[in-house]
Amino acid sequence: MIKIKNVSRTFHMATNDVEALKNVTINIEKGDIFGIIGTSGAGKSTLVRCINMLERPDEGTVEIEGVDIGELSPAKLREVRRSIAMIFQGFNLLMQRNCLKNVCFPLELAGVKKAEAEAKALELLDIVGLKDKANAYPCELSGGQQQRVAIARALATNPKILLCDEATSALDPNTTNSILELIRDINRKLGITVVIITHQMSVVESICKHVAILDHGVVAEQGEVTEVFTSPKSAAARSLVFPEGDQGSLIAAGECDHFIRVVFNGAHTTGKPVIAGMAVNKGIEANIAYASTKSIDGKVYGSMLLGIIGDEDTLATAIEYLTQNNDIIAEEVKVNVQ
Amino acid sequence: MFSDLFNPEKLMEAWEIILTQFPMAIWETVYVTVLSTLFAIVIGLPLGVLLVAGEKDGVMPLPAWLMQVLNVVINLLRSVPFLILMILVFPLTRLIVGTVVGTTASIVPLVIAAFPFIARLAETSLREVNPNIIEMAQSLGASPMQIILKVMIPESVPSLLSNATTAITTILGYSAMSGIIGGGGLGKIAINYGYYRYQYLIMIAAVILLILLVQVFQSGGTYLAVKSDKRLKRKAN
Repeated sequence: MIKIKNVSRTFHMATNDVEALKNVTINIEKGDIFGIIGTSGAGKSTLVRCINMLERPDEGTVEIEGVDIGELSPAKLREVRRSIAMIFQGFNLLMQRNCLKNVCFPLELAGVKKAEAEAKALELLDIVGLKDKANAYPCELSGGQQQRVAIARALATNPKILLCDEATSALDPNTTNSILELIRDINRKLGITVVIITHQMSVVESICKHVAILDHGVVAEQGEVTEVFTSPKSAAARSLVFPEGDQGSLIAAGECDHFIRVVFNGAHTTGKPVIAGMAVNKGIEANIAYASTKSIDGKVYGSMLLGIIGDEDTLATAIEYLTQNNDIIAEEVKVNVQ
Repeated sequence: MFSDLFNPEKLMEAWEIILTQFPMAIWETVYVTVLSTLFAIVIGLPLGVLLVAGEKDGVMPLPAWLMQVLNVVINLLRSVPFLILMILVFPLTRLIVGTVVGTTASIVPLVIAAFPFIARLAETSLREVNPNIIEMAQSLGASPMQIILKVMIPESVPSLLSNATTAITTILGYSAMSGIIGGGGLGKIAINYGYYRYQYLIMIAAVILLILLVQVFQSGGTYLAVKSDKRLKRKAN
């Protein structure tokens, strides 16, 4: 569906050149929800803008359904852009138009008749749950509502691709969830391929199937979300997945001899009291120095850092006990306690 | 000089002139001001759009030399004092109106003095449009013309209206100045009676009326600008 091949982009600033993207290659399948995550300045926004040529790559190509869109004439490109909708962090609604007219906007651009456009816009406002706000102006809406209107607008031209540029970064956690829910719905019901740019781990975890981790303009790692998040290989991925992980700022970690990282790799493992079981059955008491578990696609994923007091044998017994469940990975890690 | 300002004879004389001359003068002033502003907007607004859209990073980049010419011409016209400009454009005025004196003739120099000013005002208004919104329109496949007509101008209407108000009050002031070279209206009366014939009461009355007109235009313009701004909706309710 979307093939980003060897894309590089350098910005020439007054004092120095900034390489926003370096030889980025990503394939996004039709119907996927693909997350691109990275810290600010990693090049995410530049990358997503290359997908609809708002930003032109210096090198490399972007193919949408087999068409190299960098080669298109301005008029052809505008036509392709109608099939690639985009939503933004700042919502970017037209402030002088009411909601209905905002949703009509892309249809107007495409030359759709007014009555037809308004009927379609109302239908879309209904889908995003804001039919009663059709005549309200953006300033009268909350951030979450404004983003819903923006989503309705994005869907107006029946796009095949939806690009979300930090679409939930300006929203509170509850609103973020409801917007993500809406995006997931759209992906399922309409089969639209979704590309999500974010710096929030939680967004990728809760909605994406595949993820690429962008670090200083380079793809550090990409693959299925569950795989990348449970066993991150690159340093950039690890620091995103375990932001507190290898640091010294751990609770109750002071006196422990060994540390074990326990990774819950799907299934219903957290239903069983694993840590308590270890204490009861093996007599090994564990300090939970850090824990973070999340539900992805109805299964539980996450990691824990356990501190254990005892010798090498105790450590081996603990690891053996923990790993008897196939969905749990346990390994010893070195932790620097401050 | 003001000692006999209020003697009954003078007062009566002034009242007479006010009654007979002022209604027409007010009409002439309003007519010249409004028409000049309209013509100046017709020329100035598109130029303002070009100044913003034609930039290197604008939605419709124009050749750099053309932008430079445009900027120089606008600056040049803006720096010529209005009194001199009126005299300089006599040939053009004669060509268009047929004469260089009278109310209608003063519209030509007024338009020429005002359109560069309006172009700059429009430029400021259009620059206020959030660049992210323009990017949004581009992402939806809007053409440069569509961005100008459906995004940039409509989104800056409140600001354009309040700048148009600034323009119309300024042009009103210029129109009074055109009284010196035969333009009509309150300016002519103030100069002819007040300055040349020492009837200061008439001059003061004309100035007061000019002040009132500025007030009316300013209040009306501000009202429209605020009313048109949908961003102020919540506060207005």
